[in-house]
Amino acid sequence: MIAPTPGHPALASQAATDPRLAKKQFLRDAAESVRDTGHRAFVRKALGGYYTNRDAQKSRYGDWEQARDAASLAKWSAVNHLDEMLPRFVANFEAQGGVVHWARNADEARTIILALLRDAEARAVIKSKCMTSEEIHLNQALEADGYGVVESDLGEFIQQLRGEPPYHFVFPCMHVRRDEISDLFEQHLGTAPTDSPEELTMIARRHMRRLYVEADVGVTGANFLVAETGQISITENEGNARLTAALPRIHIAISGIEKVVERLDDLAVLLPMLATAGAGQQMTCYNTLYAGPKRAGECDGPEEMHLVLLDNARTAILADPEQRDSLHCIRCGACLNVCPIFKNVGGFTYGTTYQGPIGSVITPHLRGLADWNHLSGASSLCGACTDACPVRIDIHTHLLHNRRNAARTSPGRLEKLGHRFFGLVARRPWLFALGGWLFRRTLPLAKALRPPPLSAWLATRDLPPAPQESFRAAWKRRR
Amino acid sequence: MSRFAASMNVSLFIPCFVDQLAPRVGLAVATVLERLGHTVEFRPAQTCCGQPAFNSGYWDEARTVARHALDVFAGAGAVVGPSGSCVAMLRVFYPQLFAGMPEETAALDLAGRTFEFSEFLVKKLGVTDVGARFPHRVTYHDGCHGLRELRVRDEPRALLRAVRDLELVECDEAESCCGFGGLFAVKFPMVSTAMAEVKAGSLARTECDYIVSSDPSCQLQLDGWLSKNDKRPRTIHLAEVLAGTEGFR
Repeated sequence: MIAPTPGHPALASQAATDPRLAKKQFLRDAAESVRDTGHRAFVRKALGGYYTNRDAQKSRYGDWEQARDAASLAKWSAVNHLDEMLPRFVANFEAQGGVVHWARNADEARTIILALLRDAEARAVIKSKCMTSEEIHLNQALEADGYGVVESDLGEFIQQLRGEPPYHFVFPCMHVRRDEISDLFEQHLGTAPTDSPEELTMIARRHMRRLYVEADVGVTGANFLVAETGQISITENEGNARLTAALPRIHIAISGIEKVVERLDDLAVLLPMLATAGAGQQMTCYNTLYAGPKRAGECDGPEEMHLVLLDNARTAILADPEQRDSLHCIRCGACLNVCPIFKNVGGFTYGTTYQGPIGSVITPHLRGLADWNHLSGASSLCGACTDACPVRIDIHTHLLHNRRNAARTSPGRLEKLGHRFFGLVARRPWLFALGGWLFRRTLPLAKALRPPPLSAWLATRDLPPAPQESFRAAWKRRR
Repeated sequence: MSRFAASMNVSLFIPCFVDQLAPRVGLAVATVLERLGHTVEFRPAQTCCGQPAFNSGYWDEARTVARHALDVFAGAGAVVGPSGSCVAMLRVFYPQLFAGMPEETAALDLAGRTFEFSEFLVKKLGVTDVGARFPHRVTYHDGCHGLRELRVRDEPRALLRAVRDLELVECDEAESCCGFGGLFAVKFPMVSTAMAEVKAGSLARTECDYIVSSDPSCQLQLDGWLSKNDKRPRTIHLAEVLAGTEGFR
């Protein structure tokens, strides 16, 4: 199989990251990323077409805001009735010959999948895009056990060859230039250099066709689990997920438990919204419903179909009424696309499976608030994410709530003291006015001495000179 | 000139950094409101709204500051401030901060009568033409709290369009954050600065004479970056534009 190239420099630091050092790594990588103005401009340009297409598609909805309400309600009612929806889905799925495996965490999910491969005496695995597999670090586990694994989604395939995780959970290789892809294919597949996106796509397809047939097992994700029909809905643009699910002997789908919706009708709003919010498309090219393995008399399809239902802290989020709506997430990526932080620091800086605003909300649940609260801090709370979310997750408020929860459980001692002292002064108007006077009088000196945190401001920004008198003084004189 | 509303008693809400660094903005707000025939008061006991502690997650400490503000503005009538962010603190975040607490009633009461300057003029007073003249090409910078927490978008633009000899142009990143974000600006200075660069760059590309803003905190960030990089234009507060009668007959 294909050996990955040594990865992006950011990846090396990511792999070496001790969770306690996650914040240091973030600050270092963020500083490095923002210095790379060429890269930042490239990412902005890559997203330029998205905004135009998204707005054009949004205008085709009778009322986008009402569609958001409907999508949000569909997810809300499923998530808030998960105890009914999941058993209903499982019963209907298994009635069609599918097998469900419950995994409490990443370790259990990997163990289940490795056991399935062992039982099937499988050797080669082909995968379509599946973020839950990234979440449980499946590829590493499979490769460690000697299985050959190939990503069939073009973007994920490119990332696999580069030895990098996805840069963006919907557009995994949005940061890679076309000539870099051509070089990559030349190096790994021995193909002639080309500048044509169509030709690059065809190179990957030609390479992949044989692998679909050779693979014993196809691994896919799941966008929605339909409770009333027991079907798994998968959205894609390349047709690779269909081949991954249909050609190998065994199909294993991996899904978070929150992906369930009650009715097939719910997809009528969720599928177009996923496409519009996520990629600026009216609909993605392929939307397929999978219901069990090949039946008697059918000539196509896998002999076995398995579904690994993953908890991995989702029940902990469910138990938190304040942040429960983060389980509504349909992983469209809209919040990343509009996020000024994401656009400036890039996808690798987060050091997480799920990047951007929603990733900053849920990662503390997956990997611990004390070590990952800095992601919630790394936001101006501008709210662009919340406005963009097709299922109305109150993303930026959750970032604020993460900060509040962290201040309760693991406060910065100095910072807490600072806020307490400020409060002490702010309750005494005369003292506050005196403090203001002192601030203005000592500002020139402070600008020269640059104590922190003023130093952090002054390194890249000026401060205006302090006026002679404060507003309160001017007002007194004016009267 | 106030054709739509009877004379009102307005209590100025002057954010702490406006008090110390930009008193001219508070004075301009008073000038415009008084010119429209309203009575303006300033309660000197006011200090800070508590947003720095609130946004950092230190809600107990934020409540200490916020309680003081609730006391100061008790019974004040309409409270009007020249900062979308600080007004959002009083109107949107105080009710969250005091949810389920004895102060919740007072917080909701204050929230119901607190207004951002431009929305107060347009929505409460029904005024768009305040009789100003400002012969310049300007662009408007939306502050995120004004835009997304208060949903103030059209009001400042309506006010600007009514200003004599003013040309209003839009930039290509109108709804992007300038990167200030309070303490975020010094906790993650590199990210904050990159955001300022993007936003200020977009605003500057309009080739305007002034960037008009309804938030002195965004002004601090944008001017800070523009000045450091020797770039033009600079910001001006909406109230200062509206208070201007440069050459007005």
